[in-house]
Amino acid sequence: MSEFKSGSLTASNIHLAFGTNKVLRGIDMHVPQGTTASVIGPSGSGKSTLLRVMNRLIEPDQGDIALDGRSVLQDNPDELRRRIGMVFQQFNLFPHKTVVQNVSLALHKIRKMPKDQAHAKALEQLELVGLKHKADSRPFNLSGGQQQRVAIARALAMEPEVMFFDEATSALDPELVKGVLALMTDLSKGGMTMVVVTHEMGFCRNVSDTVTFMDDGVVVETGSPLELFSEPKTQRLRGFLSDVL
Amino acid sequence: MDALDQFLKTFFDWQAIGEVIPQMLTVGLPNTLILAVSSAILGCILGLVLAVMGISRNPVLRWISRVYTDIFRGLPAILVIVVIGIGLGPILRQLTGITNPFPLAILALTLMAGAYIGEIFRSGIQSVDKGQLEASRALGFGYGQAMLLVVIPQGIRRVLPALVNQLIALIKDSSLIYLLGVTAGQRELYRVSNDYAANSGSLSPLIAAGLLYLILTVPLTHLVNFMDKRLREGKAARAEPDEAAALVGKGA
Repeated sequence: MSEFKSGSLTASNIHLAFGTNKVLRGIDMHVPQGTTASVIGPSGSGKSTLLRVMNRLIEPDQGDIALDGRSVLQDNPDELRRRIGMVFQQFNLFPHKTVVQNVSLALHKIRKMPKDQAHAKALEQLELVGLKHKADSRPFNLSGGQQQRVAIARALAMEPEVMFFDEATSALDPELVKGVLALMTDLSKGGMTMVVVTHEMGFCRNVSDTVTFMDDGVVVETGSPLELFSEPKTQRLRGFLSDVL
Repeated sequence: MDALDQFLKTFFDWQAIGEVIPQMLTVGLPNTLILAVSSAILGCILGLVLAVMGISRNPVLRWISRVYTDIFRGLPAILVIVVIGIGLGPILRQLTGITNPFPLAILALTLMAGAYIGEIFRSGIQSVDKGQLEASRALGFGYGQAMLLVVIPQGIRRVLPALVNQLIALIKDSSLIYLLGVTAGQRELYRVSNDYAANSGSLSPLIAAGLLYLILTVPLTHLVNFMDKRLREGKAARAEPDEAAALVGKGA
């Protein structure tokens, strides 16, 4: 894997409510440059919402987000999102475009690369995820695992400083999970700054530098995988781990 | 046998049909197509504007789109064509000197088609998975660009069959232009055959016109069915061989 121009990401005191429903209640999170932070917790704990707030798909009610130490809340949110790649549970490839067009679209339209250059760069990215031979296929002709790898290539093509993974393997058939996790592990080892919302405890434990356990809109515990998995301090984390392990 | 003769003479007078056919092909058919196709194209543009307004976050735009659609979907075509064509005719003539009824007929057909097509587009665009907009925004596209490049093309693709249905409706409704008064060269299919029917005292020219309408619309109907089927089965043919095999294995 190539080197990445990755950056650090800091969220401080993030609050968000949908009406009276307080989804995030004072989240602090710091992801140093080149590290991988896993976020775990029961469904409905606010993990996916936190990702969407950190790239401002949803604007926080309160709090600050900093990329490389500089607050980005005053920036144009489109500009911010160009610096943060995001991979979704449901892949969300564009079904009306070919695989290579999925990757080149943003390069051409946002980065303003000439079409042939964007195409060439997209092919390079597809080669990195092992799917260059599928360049001219339609997304629905690919397996779920292949689609997710294309989605990762699409995000990486924009040369993001941080990558978000929102339960990237949850929608995959068990036999297809491995390939996607291997790719995420490569990225992590290659020095990408990553925030990974996941239910894959193996990935959490073996690949991530820090693990954050969220429940009910707050960070309950955060630390190294060893600390959280071997010596959980709170009853809530112990309960969660006994449910999922 | 008199009754049968009477019947055949009324509906299948081959001589009358033979006389009307050249006129229908050279005058009526082109005019019908001009009316239907141009109002279909303009109706699509108007419909797209109405659809985008209808899903806008601005409540005023949504309201305008709603009221417009309710009005023009709720009125009979004949009323709209007469009111616009006859009502605005003198004004158009004073302003531009145009006496041709085509522009106003196309306007009336467009206003109605736009209301229907707007609803078709809106339902298509809204049926696109929310994840598509989210993924586009996450890549850094603004709302407008994400809609234009990703969401709207998918929405339109899904409603192509319904759009062809609108084209069929326009081919039929274009016959109403005869109410505005047309010169010999401006007659469309229905009017051409109606004139011949009046002269010959036989309804056979109308039967001929009916056949020509069907030659236009029946293939389009089948095109709709074909597109419908392809859109549905294109989705079903998903799994790759290895994945299909894996699924079979799991079921066992």
